Amino acid sequence: MISGLTLLLMMPVIIGIALYIKSSPLIGQQSAWHLIVSSDWLPTRGKFGFWPFIASSLYVTFLSFLLAAPVCLFSAIHLTQFASNRLVRVMQPVLDILAGLPSVIYGVWGILIVVPLISYLFAPLFRMSSSGYTLLAGGVVLAIMCIPYMLNMLIEVFSTVPVGMKEASLSLGATEWQSVKHVVLRKSFPGIISAFGLSVAKAFGETIAVMMVVGNQVRLTWNPFEAGYPLPALIANNYGEMLSIPMYDSALMFAALVLLVVILLINLIFRYLIQLVQK
Amino acid sequence: MNNRIKLREERVMRNLAAGATYSVIALLLFIIGVIFVKGAGALSFGMMLELPKGGFYYGGEGGIANAIVGSVYIAVGATLLAVIVGMPIALFLNVYLIRYQRAQSAIRYFLDTLWGIPSIVYGAFGFTLMLYLGMSASLLAGIITVALLITPILVRTFDDVLCTIPRGLYEASFALGSGKGETAFRVIFRQGFSGFITALLLAFGRGIGDAASVLFTAGYTDLIPEHLDDPAATLPLAIFFQLGSPIPEVRARAFASAAILTLLILAISLIARYLSRKYSINVIK
Repeated sequence: MISGLTLLLMMPVIIGIALYIKSSPLIGQQSAWHLIVSSDWLPTRGKFGFWPFIASSLYVTFLSFLLAAPVCLFSAIHLTQFASNRLVRVMQPVLDILAGLPSVIYGVWGILIVVPLISYLFAPLFRMSSSGYTLLAGGVVLAIMCIPYMLNMLIEVFSTVPVGMKEASLSLGATEWQSVKHVVLRKSFPGIISAFGLSVAKAFGETIAVMMVVGNQVRLTWNPFEAGYPLPALIANNYGEMLSIPMYDSALMFAALVLLVVILLINLIFRYLIQLVQK
Repeated sequence: MNNRIKLREERVMRNLAAGATYSVIALLLFIIGVIFVKGAGALSFGMMLELPKGGFYYGGEGGIANAIVGSVYIAVGATLLAVIVGMPIALFLNVYLIRYQRAQSAIRYFLDTLWGIPSIVYGAFGFTLMLYLGMSASLLAGIITVALLITPILVRTFDDVLCTIPRGLYEASFALGSGKGETAFRVIFRQGFSGFITALLLAFGRGIGDAASVLFTAGYTDLIPEHLDDPAATLPLAIFFQLGSPIPEVRARAFASAAILTLLILAISLIARYLSRKYSINVIK
């Protein structure tokens, strides 16, 4: 049992080392930093600049955060402060199922609903033409995938706030919402930040659903109505060709390494913060 | 005056909060509704029972039995592996380390972090491992990769239930003279059995639905795998590949496959709820 546990706990390190060894031919050629900030992507000529992919990933993640955070925050407040027991009981399976639906299902849903909606409704609204397979579509689908995750964590965070604190505020004449705003939210502020951080990490690594709706074109753009190409999609899309072009497999493993490191760091920091809060 | 603003803010915010909650429920119903309505068109029993025949990917005859069976094989195998590794770990964490609170919380912290690693990274790692061991894309490689992905999930979910077992029960068991192993498997495991079932089915559901980790490792085939070193098709990848086709019949079948996958996941979730309720009747609280 001890060896199993040790092995399991060493997993991130082992994965990290394995990916590092596989990507070392490329890192030996160009520095890791140069690979990350450079934006020339010409694998056949040996030029691997990951910035377009990283920027796409950041952009999609940021969009999803913007869309999901308010919904989750309000919903968590409602469920922990105002809602009837019955609603809370109904909500539990709803969140479980939302969290349990495979990402490919969200992708299918995105293709069926979000992509046409953007193509025929939102893009013309801003006088642009768009295929619908865009950064925005990726953001929307990601946001929905993040909701159960973020909401569950926020509910947990809010339910650690002592009821007595809110009652003290109510007894001083504050309304319910004022108590929430000035007491509950303030008390759980570090927890909220952690919940947000962890779901951002989750969104950053999400692959299939995003890949299905985001368009997968290598370009640097700040327009949400254009296609993007996030880092996980790059890895997933090119596994077939990766052994035919020299250094390509190293490059993809380097992309996986970047994902691993970023997500591990975010997780380590915010989970630590959450543990501090819960004490 | 001030009072009126205060009350208006109260009303607006409470309505917003309620609206957000109901919109989440509506969203779930909307997603599932869309998947079923779109999938119903091409859905048939033949599709679930037949293998792809000639020209299947150009709109020909056949079904996706290969993917359904492959997915079930991979998920069952991976869940078995995860149980063998993970179940003792969760018990160890709760029974053997009961006096070391700090170690417990440190281990939980790292397990949670492990849960956060995205499946595509496990996929890339599994691929590396596979090449290193000289295997080709196969059922076994897929099982191992998915097992890596779901073990932390299984351990943490099971552990979450074991956490709620009162300390007195451990003490009672130790007081009667049983050792730690006996306490773990005879008392605590039985007490936390409902949690074990939940963890098992959650891990199984995750294993059946995950695409990014098997993309590299399990390969794809039109046949049902017979040996561990045969490649195996999986349901999420079947959906993904069929959707990539421009032919409407193939796309319709992708939607039907998505409906089948959703149905599977819903069934697993329902079974988990039913079983965990059934087995928590006799639990001492």
